[in-house]
Amino acid sequence: MKTLEITDLNKSFRSNFLIKKYHILKGIHISVEPGEIYGFLGPNGAGKTTTIKCIMGLLFPDSGQILINGQPADTVDARRHIGFLPENPYFYDYLNALELLDFSASLFAIPPAIARERIQMLIQRVGLAGHERLKLRKFSKGMIQRLGMAQALIQDPVFLILDEPFSGLDPIGRKEFRDLILELKGQGKTIFFSSHILQDVEMMVDKVGIIINGRITRQGQLSELIAGSTHGHEIVCSRISEKQLAQIHANYVSRDNQFIITLGSDDDINLVVESIIHNNGLVVAVHPVKKTLEDIFLNELKEVQ
Amino acid sequence: MKMNLKGMVLNTFKESARNKMFYLLVFFGILFALSSKLISFLTLGDSLKVLKDTGLAAINFFCVLIAIFTGINLVYKEIEKKTIFNILSKPVSRDHFIFGKFLGLALTMLVALTAMAVIFFLLVFLVGGGFDFKIVLYFFMLYLELLIIVAISLLFSSFSTPILSFIFTVSLYLIGHVMWTFNEFKSLLHSKLSLTFARVLYYILPNLDKFNIKNDVVLGLPLHTGTILFSILYAVVYILALLTVTVMIFRKREFI
Repeated sequence: MKTLEITDLNKSFRSNFLIKKYHILKGIHISVEPGEIYGFLGPNGAGKTTTIKCIMGLLFPDSGQILINGQPADTVDARRHIGFLPENPYFYDYLNALELLDFSASLFAIPPAIARERIQMLIQRVGLAGHERLKLRKFSKGMIQRLGMAQALIQDPVFLILDEPFSGLDPIGRKEFRDLILELKGQGKTIFFSSHILQDVEMMVDKVGIIINGRITRQGQLSELIAGSTHGHEIVCSRISEKQLAQIHANYVSRDNQFIITLGSDDDINLVVESIIHNNGLVVAVHPVKKTLEDIFLNELKEVQ
Repeated sequence: MKMNLKGMVLNTFKESARNKMFYLLVFFGILFALSSKLISFLTLGDSLKVLKDTGLAAINFFCVLIAIFTGINLVYKEIEKKTIFNILSKPVSRDHFIFGKFLGLALTMLVALTAMAVIFFLLVFLVGGGFDFKIVLYFFMLYLELLIIVAISLLFSSFSTPILSFIFTVSLYLIGHVMWTFNEFKSLLHSKLSLTFARVLYYILPNLDKFNIKNDVVLGLPLHTGTILFSILYAVVYILALLTVTVMIFRKREFI
């Protein structure tokens, strides 16, 4: 059974006195397997948060089906096993971190003794120790994000839905969150998260879905998307003058007494290497240039536009 | 279905009780109740009667203000500040959310009213009066009225802004206290359609005067058990109807 299965999800909003209809989601299909980390990517306004709000029952789809562990997503039972971190989370600012987590635990009917233990563990785990009695109105954006993660984990959920989890975090916080997400995956949890910080996504995800203008334009295992997607080769060489190199190939850069030549295809590799050797140069390395997730994402964006 | 309503209720109570406006209104309620002692000394006649008259009126006024101000803000603030995302994404149905909010507000009103009632009884003892069960009954009837006001403000708060909710709730409160004029108004109507319309309005609008037993309490008039029981039944049915409508509206709301 899939942890999350979205089939033909459509969502529109009406505005201008209900006259004009804006189609935000246009036939979304997403499938997330148990134990997987799924990165949901898209530019601003593509429909990421709308999709997540439909999953969480905060918005009602026009059509389509959303199943969580085989149950319709809009049921209370389906939400029992989900931990949710909204984008830029807001909490009651008159509470402190302990009170908020206690409130969250009460909504899951967690017995007080277990809740107390879990709250202490989570406060430590998200790095809020020492701040647990501070009123939330005094929390920084990063601290709120950490607390948001703690409340999402309060009932030890099997499935986590995180909307822009790295937002508001400094580099150390981002690293800690990455480690935490990978640790949760290690515990067998399934994680679905949206982000526009592609380097973070690339470091963690198993599967990627790219949404642009309300449509999923690409979806699949990250390794499969990146594998075979080379865009040329680089030849690193030294002991050759710039004048000689300019005659061999025009597309090069100089770095640390070495030259890096970029070739668009593999047709010219032998010819360029032979020319360098012929000019008494040293070929240090020849390697393919793999596409990064960012290249794939930007390419998708370009194709759609 | 395993679900803890207690958490919702207590959090709503905490939210209201940590609101500065709540303290301010409770403070003024107590202050005015205290000042009624002063008025009773300055007035000719039965000082205990004057104390009861002005003190109960002050408590009534400030409790109604607390009910309206806390009621119109609660759900609206949850939506506006997006704190509702954290609640509805947990195993909490929208029905539970509304019932939890209502019960939390009911608890808030109980605490505010009890605080004022205790001060009032102390004043009565100071002036030389004794314990009067009818005053307890007065507070109970006031509490029922406050619960109806809370349910009305919660209904408007679920789809409207605080300013509009305030106008609607205050309007219904005022209309609710002049429902007796409806009978006179009906005698001015002649067409069947307008009479039916007036009759429908009469049953839809809250008849809050049913809960006003101040004159009977102050003047020591007899209270009829049947009338009291009917008022309790009216409050229960009216509150359930209001909460049902609120839930129906809230079930269809989207949170963008």
